[in-house]
Amino acid sequence: MQFIRPVLHSQVCTSARPSARQFLQKLGKSCSFSLNSSSTRLYSTEFFPINDELYGLTDEQKQLRQTIFQFCQKELAPKAQQIDAENDFKDIKKFWRQCGELGLLGVTAPTEYGGLGASYLDHAIVMEEMSRACAAVALSYGAHSNLCVNQIVRHGTDEQKSRYLPKLISGEWIGALAMSEPNAGSDVVSMTMRADKQSDGSYVLNGSKFWITNGPDADVIVVYAKTKPEAGAHGITTFLVERDSPGFSCSRKLDKLGMRGSNTGELVFDGVRVPADRVMGRLDGGVYVLMSGLDIERLLLSAGPLGIMQAACDTAFQYAHIRKAFGQSIGQFQLLQGKMADMYCRLTSGRCYVYSVARALAQGSRQPMDCAGVILKCAEDATQSALDAIQILGGNGYINEYPAGRLLRDAKLYEIGAGTSEVRRLVIGRAINNIYKS
Amino acid sequence: YIHIINKADMAASKGLKILVGCKRVIDYAVKVRVKPDRSGVVTEGVKHSMNPFDEIAVEEAVRMKEKKLAGEAVAISVGPPQSQETLRTALAMGIDRAIHVEIPLAQLEKLQPIHVSKLLAKVCESEKPDLVILGKQAIDDDCNQTGQMLAALLDWPQATFASKIEPSQDSKQLRVTREVDGGMETIDVSVPAVVTSDLRLNEPRYATLPNIMKAKKKPLAKMSPDQLGVDLQPRQEVISVEDPPVRKAGAKVESVEDLVGKLREKGLVK
Repeated sequence: MQFIRPVLHSQVCTSARPSARQFLQKLGKSCSFSLNSSSTRLYSTEFFPINDELYGLTDEQKQLRQTIFQFCQKELAPKAQQIDAENDFKDIKKFWRQCGELGLLGVTAPTEYGGLGASYLDHAIVMEEMSRACAAVALSYGAHSNLCVNQIVRHGTDEQKSRYLPKLISGEWIGALAMSEPNAGSDVVSMTMRADKQSDGSYVLNGSKFWITNGPDADVIVVYAKTKPEAGAHGITTFLVERDSPGFSCSRKLDKLGMRGSNTGELVFDGVRVPADRVMGRLDGGVYVLMSGLDIERLLLSAGPLGIMQAACDTAFQYAHIRKAFGQSIGQFQLLQGKMADMYCRLTSGRCYVYSVARALAQGSRQPMDCAGVILKCAEDATQSALDAIQILGGNGYINEYPAGRLLRDAKLYEIGAGTSEVRRLVIGRAINNIYKS
Repeated sequence: YIHIINKADMAASKGLKILVGCKRVIDYAVKVRVKPDRSGVVTEGVKHSMNPFDEIAVEEAVRMKEKKLAGEAVAISVGPPQSQETLRTALAMGIDRAIHVEIPLAQLEKLQPIHVSKLLAKVCESEKPDLVILGKQAIDDDCNQTGQMLAALLDWPQATFASKIEPSQDSKQLRVTREVDGGMETIDVSVPAVVTSDLRLNEPRYATLPNIMKAKKKPLAKMSPDQLGVDLQPRQEVISVEDPPVRKAGAKVESVEDLVGKLREKGLVK
């Protein structure tokens, strides 16, 4: 196969995007440098604009998006390709600190612990812009800031919050949440990890957890285990486990199709002793913590595929207007106009759904039907938009120098994690059945 | 108009009062398009943001406040109603209050640095800042004139293309390091003064959400050119604005003789 690269190849690689600072450096010290005489590279519209007027965002939220966009495009986007290639984010500790300084690791956490005390919608905006820059790191960010931090905010005692939140929010610690096991994914309440009560009131955990985001790096983990196996779903308890607990280890880092750089691992608990005051929420009442957490997790994570869809539009739409064939830019051919229109509608309608559910959730209205619905829709749409982006880039979409392939591999995860599409459909279907129950 | 400041030790005083200029310009990443009637560039519906050099100026003012060199930092923008967004960004970065000199749309396109510097000079009369920091040039017109003109109108010292601002050795003046064509020049200026920021002065901070929310409560005053008694009559007429010519392909030559021959062919050398 012969791939013809367009002459302006360097414009399309997101890894080479200049920041405002680099732009000024190119202008040079001399004030006589004319604005229009520099290369087109500096002036191409590398980002498909977002019309914030459409979504009823407050002025602060619009400014928030601007800040996170600039931050992530500068600190994260240039490294996205390398992170994917190496299956590792070497600068994660530094990036976590930077996020901590901006308050991003505790958007929904109270200000007394260093959080922003802001809403789920604000958190979704942050997640979306980070996912646009690098979906893998955004997934780790989501797992830390929502799955771990937000669960502690919602269910932790004051002592647990004081002990864990400050360092999780400052970025000194990385957080994770572990519920799935090698034999319990969709059927998570059939988990077999045991938490046996000891004579001194503490618990001893035995078992393993699988597909745990941030597992290899986490300092603090929210873990679900069975304190009363015979009670099934109603025998689960939530525990807070620290990394240096004897008997705890991450046996391996998983080699994944996508989300490479978001370290995922298998966690082994071999007689891990957890003191009684590390039980979060009610004893044997963990299923409530788990299920309600899942709803919020689904809403927040749905901003992930949203960011991927935006990135797909950023990459593909620009390419379609630079690449020429048969005497004009390919974006002017009808079949591609159709594709771009579909990508646009998926993105915009997805955004409306995510923001609406986020607003409702922020006001205290949690509907499992919509939390499942929003991630179901956005995830499947993101996969489709990523496929369209690859197709628009044609041969170049198939080369790993271009981001389209990575977008597809990253998007696919969202159809699986936080409940597969199948489970999400069950949740919605059953909720509808419930409405009509006589 | 002369403004005399008590030349007491800067460290002991309440701190300087700083006025920072911010201009709303077309975002640096946007592909600029010339209007079909060649009267200017398309601005309608196009993304705008704060001039990057002005972001650096705002950052410097905020840092001087953090270092207790400055007591109050005020941002000012001369422009259309949307310039308020630019001012809100400045407030979110740590500026205390803002002033918006609103220019009606009809006069906006013909606004020149001479007008802006006159407006700023009038505001300085009432605000009495000790230091005015402006971006060295705006990325839309690249004029690099407002700072210098303002200093002349006020008869204040100027330190342009600043890459560092600190108190002088005796703490009675400001020591400014300037980036000039020949290298770096360090000068001491007495306050009040006008300083324009260059790229390496600092790296601007990101506006965090708590600061964005705090900014909403900070005062933003509006003024008009009439109130300030400044005439916005244009001094220049734009004849046309055009795209740069498409770059033509060049040719490679093998030797100096070839080069001279080709130059002769084109009549560029006798």
